Amino acid sequence: MSIRPVKLGARAARVMVPQRSKRRFYGHGIPEVDVTKLAGKLIVVEGADGSGRSTQIQLLVNWLESAGHSTVQVGLKRSTLVSEELDRAQEGNILSRTTLSLFYATDFADQLENIILPALRAGQMVLADRYIYTLMARDLVRGMDFKWLQNLYGLALVPDAVFYLNVKPEELVQRTFAKYARLDYWESGMDLGLGRDIFDSFLKYQAMMAQQFKRLQATYGFHIIDAHRPVEMINVDLRKKIEAVLAGHKLH
Amino acid sequence: MKTFAKMGLPGRLIAVEGLDGSGKSTQIYLLKRWLESQQLKVFFTEWNSSELVKSATSKGKKQELLTPTTFSLIHATDFADRYERQLVPLLRAGYLVLCDRYVFTAYARDIVRGCPPQWVRDIYSFAALPDLTLFFKAGLEVSLSRILDGRPELKYFEAGMDLRLSPDPYESFRIFQGRILEQYLAMSSEFDFITVDANQTIEAQQSIVRSLVTRRIDLGSFAAAI
Repeated sequence: MSIRPVKLGARAARVMVPQRSKRRFYGHGIPEVDVTKLAGKLIVVEGADGSGRSTQIQLLVNWLESAGHSTVQVGLKRSTLVSEELDRAQEGNILSRTTLSLFYATDFADQLENIILPALRAGQMVLADRYIYTLMARDLVRGMDFKWLQNLYGLALVPDAVFYLNVKPEELVQRTFAKYARLDYWESGMDLGLGRDIFDSFLKYQAMMAQQFKRLQATYGFHIIDAHRPVEMINVDLRKKIEAVLAGHKLH
Repeated sequence: MKTFAKMGLPGRLIAVEGLDGSGKSTQIYLLKRWLESQQLKVFFTEWNSSELVKSATSKGKKQELLTPTTFSLIHATDFADRYERQLVPLLRAGYLVLCDRYVFTAYARDIVRGCPPQWVRDIYSFAALPDLTLFFKAGLEVSLSRILDGRPELKYFEAGMDLRLSPDPYESFRIFQGRILEQYLAMSSEFDFITVDANQTIEAQQSIVRSLVTRRIDLGSFAAAI
């Protein structure tokens, strides 16, 4: 694996105009949206907490902007409509699984319609810190029906690229402790009663999540990125792939 | 989709549907009073009333943030919360659950708003069907005049203003309600609605409601323990 950095376009005055890609929704989509008008690119970074998602996204933003592309960032639980309520619901852990699932879907749809689609229409690069796949994986671990989820998220736009930062649960534990010195209730799947011990529960839950991501990968075709490597090496990898996307190539 | 009876739950769910102004809320309220007066285990719930989801819904409505998709999803969230936390446990405990509006309200409204019908139906597929659905059918003009005669201030989404049917809220409301009525009528036989003629007096309708409920549900088995 070469660690030679990709040549940055920053020094060149001429800014590369990305090639248009063919767009579609996964299912029914959003009523009355003309996908041919969506000129920008949608890049998704998926992975557990501690997999380095936000670090990688920050580096990608710097790189894209210095290359002359306008960027917009979205993530889970950031909608104007329901993010506060969703936070409150989680604190009390009072919602049952279908409700929580639909609440998250509402949050996603609000951002899709009010941020992602307008940004793409304006020709911007949208970087999504997680997308429908995390939401689906969480629900699948909680026993929700895959077909039901596929119908629900038929409203989502198919991204130009989805990168899944893969880190072993044992390594995630170490990174989480190094950063927060504690494990998060939800990221440990404590609502599932996998074990009384949060440490055991975290390992079990993350392994279950990884398994569901593998299942989703078969349907949605993510790029699995080995995220045990150094930050810069991972970023070089991502940039190469994104350059291909900007040049209008299909990733495979 | 199955009814709660077919799913083997001891409780029974009765839903009322109809346009705003059809008088369905009055009828289900009177039904509730009658059932309570017989010391039966009764629970009443209405559309759009889950405490937690409500604050998001009212913010979305007040600030006009909702699109057809998020309008649909937030109501589905509200319904799911009531369904999972209240309705199913009560039905398992052998209650008579009375619902002022059920999934059919969502089917009708969301489809009129342009959401794909199958998408909406599949989202609500976690919910069982009512054991009895009463559809209060009044003439469109009758329902409209019951709501509009007092010249109330119609809310944005209530009047269907988001559909841009007319710049006049009253005209918009008329067209919107007309379309919802069409949707109700189109699904009436598929979901075994029992149609009640809502142009009759309140008392005449309530007699019909009470006798329908007596015929369809073994009320004796819902007696509250003393």
